[in-house]
Amino acid sequence: MDFQDSASEAEVRADARAWLAANLPDAEARRSMGYGVADEAAALALAKTWQARKADAGWACMHWPAQYGGRGASPIERLIFEEEERRAGAPTGFFEIGLGMAGPTLQAYASEEQKASLLPRMLRGQDVWCQLFSEPAAGSDLAALRMRAVRDGDDWVLTGQKTWTSGAHYADYGIIVARSDPSLPKHRGLTFFFVDMRSPGITTRQIRQITGPADFDDVFFDEVRVADSQRLGAVGAGWQVALTTLMNERLSLGDVARPGYEELVARLRMSEIGGRPALEQADIAARVTDWHVRSRGVAFTRARIITALSRGQEPGPEASILKLASTAMFQEIADFATGLEDQGGVLLAEDRQAGVADFQFAYLFSPSFRVAGGTDQILRNIIAERVLGLPPEPRVDKDVPFNS
Amino acid sequence: MDFGFSDEQIALRDQARRVLTARDALGAARRVTEAGLDHDAALWGEIRALGWPAITIPERHGGLGLGPVDLCVVAEELGRSLAPTPFATNLYLAAEALMLDGASEAAARWLPLLAAGEASGTVAIAEGRGELTPEALATRIDGTRIDGVKVAAPDGLAADFALVLARDAAAGGASLALVELGGKGVCRQPEATIDPSRGHAELRFAGAPCTVLGRAGDGWGLWNRLRDRAAVPFAFEAIGGAQACLEAAIGWARERHTFGRPIGSYQAIKHTLADMFVAIELARSNAYYAAWALSVDAPQLTGAAASARIAATDAFWLAARENLQIHGGLGFTHESDCHLFYRRAKLLAVNLGGPRFWRARLAGEIMAGRAELER
Repeated sequence: MDFQDSASEAEVRADARAWLAANLPDAEARRSMGYGVADEAAALALAKTWQARKADAGWACMHWPAQYGGRGASPIERLIFEEEERRAGAPTGFFEIGLGMAGPTLQAYASEEQKASLLPRMLRGQDVWCQLFSEPAAGSDLAALRMRAVRDGDDWVLTGQKTWTSGAHYADYGIIVARSDPSLPKHRGLTFFFVDMRSPGITTRQIRQITGPADFDDVFFDEVRVADSQRLGAVGAGWQVALTTLMNERLSLGDVARPGYEELVARLRMSEIGGRPALEQADIAARVTDWHVRSRGVAFTRARIITALSRGQEPGPEASILKLASTAMFQEIADFATGLEDQGGVLLAEDRQAGVADFQFAYLFSPSFRVAGGTDQILRNIIAERVLGLPPEPRVDKDVPFNS
Repeated sequence: MDFGFSDEQIALRDQARRVLTARDALGAARRVTEAGLDHDAALWGEIRALGWPAITIPERHGGLGLGPVDLCVVAEELGRSLAPTPFATNLYLAAEALMLDGASEAAARWLPLLAAGEASGTVAIAEGRGELTPEALATRIDGTRIDGVKVAAPDGLAADFALVLARDAAAGGASLALVELGGKGVCRQPEATIDPSRGHAELRFAGAPCTVLGRAGDGWGLWNRLRDRAAVPFAFEAIGGAQACLEAAIGWARERHTFGRPIGSYQAIKHTLADMFVAIELARSNAYYAAWALSVDAPQLTGAAASARIAATDAFWLAARENLQIHGGLGFTHESDCHLFYRRAKLLAVNLGGPRFWRARLAGEIMAGRAELER
């Protein structure tokens, strides 16, 4: 049981810290390349420059194999760099879906040639990827999706609608799951592809979110031709491939959103309420200690998972709790911190300055985390059925043809 | 970083689980509860024969000299089986207090006996209901004599000595003093508690001879350092108990049918069980960190111990009450095991100071900036 860096880990951490200190864009530039700024095209261009700089120095996706641009780093080394990025406030926007979900799916299912051409571009931020899963009638019940994929010679023809697709309007590629055989039960008639988002027949329509900006989209497919060589996994095995993607999604979303516990404590340590230090007041201390314990619990659970990976083991069932535990806390803290501001808590920040905790924004943004990538309810079902071994809910549509 | 148990620790855990299952430690807890016993002599004999009481005691005092993480591995299994023995009081509290003051004559005398399982100790802190402060202590030390009444001393009936927290006017504060309970001026009697699987006693001192442990006047600080350390294995006991509740609830939810389906197929039950699982795993992760902090005497120990204590207490409370709830009417019967865990959850929530104390202690560490995760 050792929580400290080993000598070699400490060296990686020192390198990471030094590189970030020397290369990190200034606060104004970091703010300009985040999500939700007015000029999205400019933000994306800045983010691509930063991603390329990270890639040149060997820090981008350092756990990927060297032939795709990584350095084959261990899970612990990857965690160390991510911790240092977080500490430095480094921007990570625009590429999470590609690097966190599409990348691992391609590594598991794409041809060597495809991996060699697509993964290094993805890693350098040259191509942005999106994930085309949800549909108007298929959210939590993803396997109910209706996007049709019809075989036509060496191609497939895709027709239907995806929705709530983050970044589809600027993405270069997407991963998509579609129904190739409606006569089979719903989980068995699905096939997985990747698509060029500039293919004829794809139109996107931005959807405005409760926070104001429109980061996600409706995506319409009107007889879009996709080569069979872009199929990932066997025909009819789309559900299994999608599960690979989703497991990676939940692991990466398990990261703690900001502003959260650390920002709240930083603020409270300097605050007086009613003339007394905020943290000395019992009601505040009760809430803060609760979040302390939970946020540390999430961080230490991640350390357990990384340790299991480093020992060559599969992570245990604890991996399934990260997202569930951290997203509810993000929302609770935003609610609490805005409430502490009393009547002023209603005011939106005039200017979202880098480094200033904006709990009003978090209050509006936080519901998305409890929905995206598996709702709280679906995650509890998964824990109960797959981890704890409880009997599944009766499902009336499970073993009957989808089109019956 | 290597944030998990070693192969040797996993082997120790497996051995502990095997023995405690084979000896039916849970059944022993029920027998002790029903017969009004102090502890289970046969199980305690077995544990002594295995050498567990010597785990963390240094070799120079006749112990095995293993680390706190090894102790925590055993603690989790003892908590899972509710083992009714004085192991925890002896090792996490009495021996630990003597080890904090390792150079003393008392340590040289008692640690080898504790390691061999030939003597037992207790701590006597509480004087009644309510949160204790150093100013409110009514027990008094006058030179080498002690007077006063202590309540809820764990395993106090069978203990050979007690570490008693008392006001020490000469030292200008409180002191922690060792009192031999077999000597004159000591009178003790069993107390009825919410968890009868563990013995507790009232101790009355009337001019009993005592020896101050550590620096006179530093008793309150010593008690706080002691409970930081003891909180860690006790957190593992609570996690073991919570895990046992979760497993019992899962077993029942798969077996019991209502409206033609196992109750575990309903989301109302399923999601409750998922919440129990999440709480237990978050507590376990906090407890790992506290065990590491204890093993290296990290400056974050107080915050880490408080976090582990709070998380484990809350997880055990959730698991114990929802296990009983999922068992329905059966859960409220004396015949089911649900109440044994429900009782133990409360004992472990208050035995080193209640939840309010630990939250205030953690808040103090956060405010002082001592709970940061610096690497």
